Amino acid sequence: MKISIEVNGKAQSLEVEGRTLLVEVLREHLGLTGTHVGCDTSQCGCCTVLVDGQGVKSCTMLAGQADGCRITTIEGLGGQSLHPVQVAFTECHALQCGFCTPGMIMSVTSLLAKHPNPTDEQIIEGLAGNLCRCTGYANIIAAVRQAASAMAGSAA
Amino acid sequence: MHAFEYRRAASLNDAVGTLATDGDARPLAGGMTLIPSLKHRLNQVSQLIDIGGLADLQGISVQADHLWIGAAMRHQQVADSAEVARAAPGLAQLAGLIGDPQVRARGTIGGSVANNDPAADYPAAVLALDAVVVTERRELAAADFFQGFFMTALEPGELITGIRFKLPRRSAYAKFKHPASGYAMAGVFAADLGAAGLRVTVTGAGGGVFRWTAAEQAWAGGSSVPTLEHPDLLEDIHAPARYRAHLAKVMCEQALRQLA
Repeated sequence: MKISIEVNGKAQSLEVEGRTLLVEVLREHLGLTGTHVGCDTSQCGCCTVLVDGQGVKSCTMLAGQADGCRITTIEGLGGQSLHPVQVAFTECHALQCGFCTPGMIMSVTSLLAKHPNPTDEQIIEGLAGNLCRCTGYANIIAAVRQAASAMAGSAA
Repeated sequence: MHAFEYRRAASLNDAVGTLATDGDARPLAGGMTLIPSLKHRLNQVSQLIDIGGLADLQGISVQADHLWIGAAMRHQQVADSAEVARAAPGLAQLAGLIGDPQVRARGTIGGSVANNDPAADYPAAVLALDAVVVTERRELAAADFFQGFFMTALEPGELITGIRFKLPRRSAYAKFKHPASGYAMAGVFAADLGAAGLRVTVTGAGGGVFRWTAAEQAWAGGSSVPTLEHPDLLEDIHAPARYRAHLAKVMCEQALRQLA
């Protein structure tokens, strides 16, 4: 079947199977390997991308379901420079091995779109679908706070 | 995954017709359970007919005596709905406790109810709020709809179009989440239906959702919540039956405390 999606601002027309997953389209058809496959059972959140602005697990969405949608991956988040969430993750040392980081950053972006000034409870709940086995989450939460204030500052 | 065809349904009739003519076709809405089960090859289909975008299955509205939620409404839409929060706050609360944000963005109420996972959240609300499950061909009372472990009264190819909930005077949900899956280890929904009485339902603890009449009587009489006794308590790697029975009592106390 043929699908048409917009990925990181660029229109893509692709031939896929019914069973092809969105994450397979991103990684294998388009070479966007920044989106990771961790558990492949929709637990870990490493494959999180934005579909029409909303964070979803791309290992549990069929490519066909994304037909007509606008997809943003980690590669397309910042454009020419790093996105404020990426900057905050770097400055707060919110990663160690980095495997979960692309999914984490996409979830944080989705969270901040909904709650620009999140409480700690909203941050923790917003990241409930993303697992990190290195950091213990403390620096990730600090990065979310920093990104929120940086984005509030740039919007003002 | 084994190979299958994927197609978006053009209409409810199109979906029902496809399911009637192809016994190996299945409806797909959010896919939060169906896609993982296909990936594990626990399930094999000839085609998936996507009903998630059908206009007939959308919408939330409060009528004089009920709350209507279309089958394709996503968990996050129910959690964020001002109408649901006003009409049945326990239901909005429950929807916001399902899975995680990414799952809530995709999963649908109709899919969850049709799947009837013994640890799913929605069945507790559907039974406690004495809801009617509406399909394209008939209406089913909640008490008749849920038939235990992943079983429902749905016939092959029958599609839920929406759920009609009674409007409670008060309602609350308390859930102990399994920390990895987000499913209920025990979840208790308490609803005061006014003239229709008090209802307490339990999910996650047994082989399927059930009413907990001893807790309903205790609530009505103002006495303390008893320990759960039920013939069909789940016993697995996560917890023995006795633990779940205790957890149900604690969740019931938490739900009732919210209503006090």
